[in-house]
Amino acid sequence: MAEQHVVVVGGGLAGLAATMRLAEAGIHVYLISMVPVKRSHSVCAQGGINSVSQLTRQQGDSEWKHFDDTVYGGDFLQHQPPVKEMCDWAPRVIDLLDRLGVPFNRTPEGFRDQRRFGGTLYKRTAFAGATTGQQLIYALDEQVRRWETEGLVQKFEYWEFLGPIVDANGQCRGVVAQDMFAMTIRSFAADAVILATGGCGLVYGRSTMSMICTGGAVGRAFRAGVKYANGEFIQVHPTAIPGTDKLRLMSESARGEGGRVWVPRKPQDDRDPNSIPEAERFYFLEERYPTYGNLVPRDIATREIFDVCVNLGLSVEKDRLCAYLDLTHLSDDTHRKLEGILEIYEKFQGVDPRTVPMKVFPAVHYSMGGLWVDYERNDDTGGLVIGSTRNHQSNVPGLFVIGEADYQFHGANRLGANSLLSCIFTGLIVAPTVKNRLASLEHGTAGDQNVSLYDGAVKTNQARCDALISNEGDENPYTLHQELGEVMTRSATVVRDNKDLEAALAKIGELDDRYTRVRMSDKGDWTNQNLSFTRALGDMLCIARVIVKGALLRDECRGAHYKPEFQIPPPDADEPGELRKQAESWCEAFKKKNDKWLKTTIAEHTSDGPVISYEAVDTSLIPPRPRTYGLKGAEIIEEVWREMGTGGGVRAKKESAK
Amino acid sequence: MANKINVKVLRQPDPHSGSHWETFGVPYEDGMNVTTILQRIAANPVTADHQPTTPVAYDASCLEEVCGACTMVINGTVRQACSALVDQLMEDSPNVIEVRPMTKFAVVRDLVVDRRPMFEALKRVKAWVRVDGYHDLGPGRRVLASEQEAAYPLSRCMTCGCCVEACPQFHDKSPFIGPAAISQAMFFNAHPTGRVDESDRLEVLSGFGGIADCGNSQNCVKVCPKDIPLTDSIAQAGRDTTIHKIKQWFGR
Repeated sequence: MAEQHVVVVGGGLAGLAATMRLAEAGIHVYLISMVPVKRSHSVCAQGGINSVSQLTRQQGDSEWKHFDDTVYGGDFLQHQPPVKEMCDWAPRVIDLLDRLGVPFNRTPEGFRDQRRFGGTLYKRTAFAGATTGQQLIYALDEQVRRWETEGLVQKFEYWEFLGPIVDANGQCRGVVAQDMFAMTIRSFAADAVILATGGCGLVYGRSTMSMICTGGAVGRAFRAGVKYANGEFIQVHPTAIPGTDKLRLMSESARGEGGRVWVPRKPQDDRDPNSIPEAERFYFLEERYPTYGNLVPRDIATREIFDVCVNLGLSVEKDRLCAYLDLTHLSDDTHRKLEGILEIYEKFQGVDPRTVPMKVFPAVHYSMGGLWVDYERNDDTGGLVIGSTRNHQSNVPGLFVIGEADYQFHGANRLGANSLLSCIFTGLIVAPTVKNRLASLEHGTAGDQNVSLYDGAVKTNQARCDALISNEGDENPYTLHQELGEVMTRSATVVRDNKDLEAALAKIGELDDRYTRVRMSDKGDWTNQNLSFTRALGDMLCIARVIVKGALLRDECRGAHYKPEFQIPPPDADEPGELRKQAESWCEAFKKKNDKWLKTTIAEHTSDGPVISYEAVDTSLIPPRPRTYGLKGAEIIEEVWREMGTGGGVRAKKESAK
Repeated sequence: MANKINVKVLRQPDPHSGSHWETFGVPYEDGMNVTTILQRIAANPVTADHQPTTPVAYDASCLEEVCGACTMVINGTVRQACSALVDQLMEDSPNVIEVRPMTKFAVVRDLVVDRRPMFEALKRVKAWVRVDGYHDLGPGRRVLASEQEAAYPLSRCMTCGCCVEACPQFHDKSPFIGPAAISQAMFFNAHPTGRVDESDRLEVLSGFGGIADCGNSQNCVKVCPKDIPLTDSIAQAGRDTTIHKIKQWFGR
């Protein structure tokens, strides 16, 4: 039998973790990436990576609580078995990273230090300064480089994935990719293909994501028949600094280390913020959520900042929406732990955040949704059957998806510091899955296939590429992208409304039409970045439609998807009996809403745009419950829900029964 | 403030052609950086004298100075385009912003250069921790906070190329491995497990193109965007390679 190969597309944390683990198993990997893998978007992750530790365990924490925080944070939209497996693995993932040389911050005694993050009450987040993503990806990049010297990994950097090669039996047999310098297109035959190509922030024009996060690869897989799940769930991070080219993230770790969000009580108070007395500051997160304070989950923090700045008119500046993120009261030691992000603020804003409160506003940050993948549940543990060929396999056999590009772990809202975990975890567990696939191939290996399968795929892609380059028209791809970003940011971010979403769909239709008349300003055949961008724009339009259509159809509020029109009105009566009655009907309405909407959105590509269907969610381990995070005034809902015995009200119940 | 910024870009269509300057007039925007300038040129590739041209090819990814992609020479200084803010550039050079590719690497096109030699150097110094495998074998060794504080700055190297661009000893006729790789070698030699390959790393740094080629100009440390103490690493490498050689003479 010919030597078998696996193609990994994308060299961020997920792709690198998969590559090193496959190489360790003696499997040859072609690693394809648009950038040198060390420059992948994972470098932008700042705050840290979550896991239970010896310390938090003694404070009452457990893998089960990490799991519970994650599904509660995700508003119960995740299938629970993969999430449980991830949280169970988390301590081992951190230990491995530690052994690989990641310079995690240390306590005086030499243990790994941990900080608190949003959506939990435990200090569960290990970190390396405020550049944790960069430190983690470097450790994995180094391991992969070692396997390169051993001959098991061959990197194709500055190569762009154009699409999967799918045979007549529907099996994925490799990929087509283009050299971004010489612009030559070739096929890579492979017995398994792993997509680890990250998120799609550029659909929104500017976001906290890197310039390579176009969603291009995911869009191409979607158009080749891979299903897309939960597209409408896009995380808007509460704290970013606006910029002309991108919106730069200010990590949640700033609040984890004690940073406070506030606005002056007097609208657009123009005094020096440091001179505004405590009593005249509105610490709205702390006032509204006394238990979690500034560390409520991101969807909630984002909505509150938006509410205070837009609805209450309390934005710090009149012409530019923003709130203060204040770190000025923190010690020098704490500032040092946050150096990475403080440097970014100082470099890009020219103001020292150690002495002056930062000005921040929410920005598009993460795609909870992504390509649909399967899993196999382990009925004994409630987690996964490790090594099952179903894990992370898309509906196209042989095509696997991991990292931010898949949809499985974060439901309707991702908790901070869980993405580094899900990326590395999925990279590690996809390896035994792929190994088992290689041993159980149907209809022969990639090497047994007729060469015309590969030649045909290359020809088709070459023809598409030539057609785009020679397209005649008057439309500028960069203008189209800007218009797409504007309409997406307006209609499909923090607050959503069906009329706006309808209008957005119409606008995307108009952009699709204009895209057929797009004209390259560079028609050359050497390092043509114009071509790469314009091609990705076509994919962005496709993904934009998936996001907007999913959002339009989902008439409820869940995690990051917030439609005020369908919000269940919170109990507000003064009279206790009446308040209770309101809470009871609130809980009834909540149950009904879950019966109707607690389901995964599935989009499938057709020539008339995406067709949406739904799939049940496995909530067998932790029953869904109202997600109040101790909101002041919502205690009655918690109380009534507990008494109704609907389950999930007392978080430790399940665990003590284990 | 002039409402158009005068931007001169050194262009080269491919590795085999010569280079030439092109000038663009780019409308000023508040808070803009050199990356934004290049984005605006891409959207409207017309020179200052109204000649249509091709978009300028450039590398860029994170735009917050952690990926190292967009390194280029701006007004004579090697740095990342994303953190090169127009307002600050105009303070020193109000009339023109001059952008050119790094000179120590082969130009691919315009501002895109081939930095593979830097990654190859990382292979030579075995810049990794040689672990037994990726199964669960418990945590790593305990590390004192002071050790972490010494290691962390070295670990922030983006392989951006600023240090080698500024280094007089690093060029196409010299075998010098460069400050970045030397510093990475010191980073892994200081790691409790990474140390197992210490002698291999010192052997490379003692050899052809190794530490002896450093001319001690100290340019590297001045241009490093992450303030990595490169000259400390080089000094450490000097001491360690000397001891390594002495040990070899005594047959150990």
